[in-house]
Amino acid sequence: MSEIRFTKDHEWIHVDGGIGTVGITDYAQSQLGDVVFVELPEAGRNVTQGGEAAVVESVKAASEVYSPVAGTVVESNGALADKPGLINEEPEAGAWMFKLRLADPGQLASLMDRAAYETYLSTL
Amino acid sequence: MADTLTVSGNRALMIEEPLIFELGHPGRVGVDLPAPAPVDFDRLGGCRRSEPAALPDLAEPQAVRHYTRLSQKNYGIDTGFYPLGSCTMKHNPRLAEKMARLPGFADVHPFQPVGTIQGALEVIDSLAGWLKALTGMPAVAMTPAAGAHGEWCGLMAIRACLEARGQGHRRRVLVPESAHGTNPASAAMCGFSVDSIPAKDDGRVDLAALTAKLGDDVACLMLTNPNTCGLFESEIIAIAGAVHGAGAFFYCDGANFNAIVGRVRIADLGIDAMHINLHKTFSTPHGGGGPGAGPTVLSAELAPFAPLPFVVHGTDGFRLIEHAHDAPGHQPFGRIKGYHGQFGVFVRALAYIMSMGADGLRQASSDAVLNANYLLARLNDALSPSFAGPCMHECLFDDRFLKDTGVTTLDFAKALIDEGYHPMTMYFPLVVHGALLMEPTETESRETLDAFVAVVRALAAKAKAGQAEEFKQAPRFTPRRRLDETLAARTPILRWRPPADRQAAE
Repeated sequence: MSEIRFTKDHEWIHVDGGIGTVGITDYAQSQLGDVVFVELPEAGRNVTQGGEAAVVESVKAASEVYSPVAGTVVESNGALADKPGLINEEPEAGAWMFKLRLADPGQLASLMDRAAYETYLSTL
Repeated sequence: MADTLTVSGNRALMIEEPLIFELGHPGRVGVDLPAPAPVDFDRLGGCRRSEPAALPDLAEPQAVRHYTRLSQKNYGIDTGFYPLGSCTMKHNPRLAEKMARLPGFADVHPFQPVGTIQGALEVIDSLAGWLKALTGMPAVAMTPAAGAHGEWCGLMAIRACLEARGQGHRRRVLVPESAHGTNPASAAMCGFSVDSIPAKDDGRVDLAALTAKLGDDVACLMLTNPNTCGLFESEIIAIAGAVHGAGAFFYCDGANFNAIVGRVRIADLGIDAMHINLHKTFSTPHGGGGPGAGPTVLSAELAPFAPLPFVVHGTDGFRLIEHAHDAPGHQPFGRIKGYHGQFGVFVRALAYIMSMGADGLRQASSDAVLNANYLLARLNDALSPSFAGPCMHECLFDDRFLKDTGVTTLDFAKALIDEGYHPMTMYFPLVVHGALLMEPTETESRETLDAFVAVVRALAAKAKAGQAEEFKQAPRFTPRRRLDETLAARTPILRWRPPADRQAAE
């Protein structure tokens, strides 16, 4: 089973077999502007739901990326260190930021599906 | 550069200036010196450089012209109106500069015996006296070298006090969303974790949300007042009560003290510690123009933990306390800066304070607030103010007035450069979208403000009239056109290399 879910802070998480892949949405990258630096969590780090997990720095500002769910980081996307601009180019695909093993898959229920996220965007 | 029409590439007074390394010509010198005697032993403990320093060889007039030309490309407070919000770019009085250049101040050395620098110690003590009187606080740490350093000093004193009380478990620091980025950074430097406090729709701290976040693990609240939206935190007394009720300290970021100096004694607000940016409130040079200074006032409870060194009144003149064992009753958390603080800045700040007097300082903060409100009132209908006025020393707009014009806050700022103005602060604070933060300061005349208002209104009208293309091309009249900030941030070239090296590296 696989599904993609969204947060109000504009992160997405794609879950497949207990492992979630996290990134920021196309809307988020368009608001940030050109991303110039990314700080990613190291494997083994425990993150909480809504807790700070990564930092993206654009020409405008540095912003925290919050983990959509609690879990343990298993991998981060090394490609972003050399090419942070990937976040602007393909935010919801190649520019995933980190993968984590979910502590509680039940937390996914608190997140939005794509239709709900798009409705949320239209209110901003 | 590519679009100049002159043979030289220069445009009259705007001269294309190479890097100083590119101007160098091996063997060219400005002065004749005898060749140094050969050195056959190591005076540097094995640290002698193995190859020449590769400094450029120039004649004196070349070096003079190079730096003069670079200085002419600069835009400073001495060039024109500089409405950079949150940074308080105001005139540096020449009287203060003159005082700082007096040989008795300029030529003293920190290693001189204290008997020979009584006047310098008196300057530090007098300035400390003014800062304590203006804030109503009993103590001040004079050595922090900048605002953020002062934050860190205050937090270190709080941490030391908590540990002395056996409350070292208090490690959480509450910081509002609109705070300067230095606040969470200073807290993290002190080993605290940071918890964000949301704002209400009127731009001020949400007291209920703050109260909900308080607990037995909170070390302190860090609050800027007036805040970075240019608004006075009207519930500050209740905020202080709630923070103290939870056993935590109340740190105030004093970056905006210039809005209330002479009108509000911060001790009356229940504040335990606050840094004061001398380069903002007391008109000393700022940023690249000179070192900052961030003296930090402390409550009676925090005072014993203030860092070394400090000046005290001895039986025979002023004394400098350099060691903890010389200060009975004190438990200094350490030393945070070499020597005695930014002494040259102290001289300027004291000269400014004494020349203004208490009534003049009050007039200055009042005029700063008046000028910001004048800008807010005159731009109210042309831009989109983020919060209902009146404001304090700065006024905040967001980019709603640019909606659907295709012009961004950044484009608007670049167009202001073409008009001969340093742009306002952009994209800060983060709590509003596409922020434009303007701080005129008290030193600007009504004529200057009117001229700026006319330009901003005309640009806003242009944007709304669909002339986005003109904004996208700005700046058009600068030595360089719009820079590729993304490329510069992603792949910065930080070191010049000789052309031969560069070729070899490719």
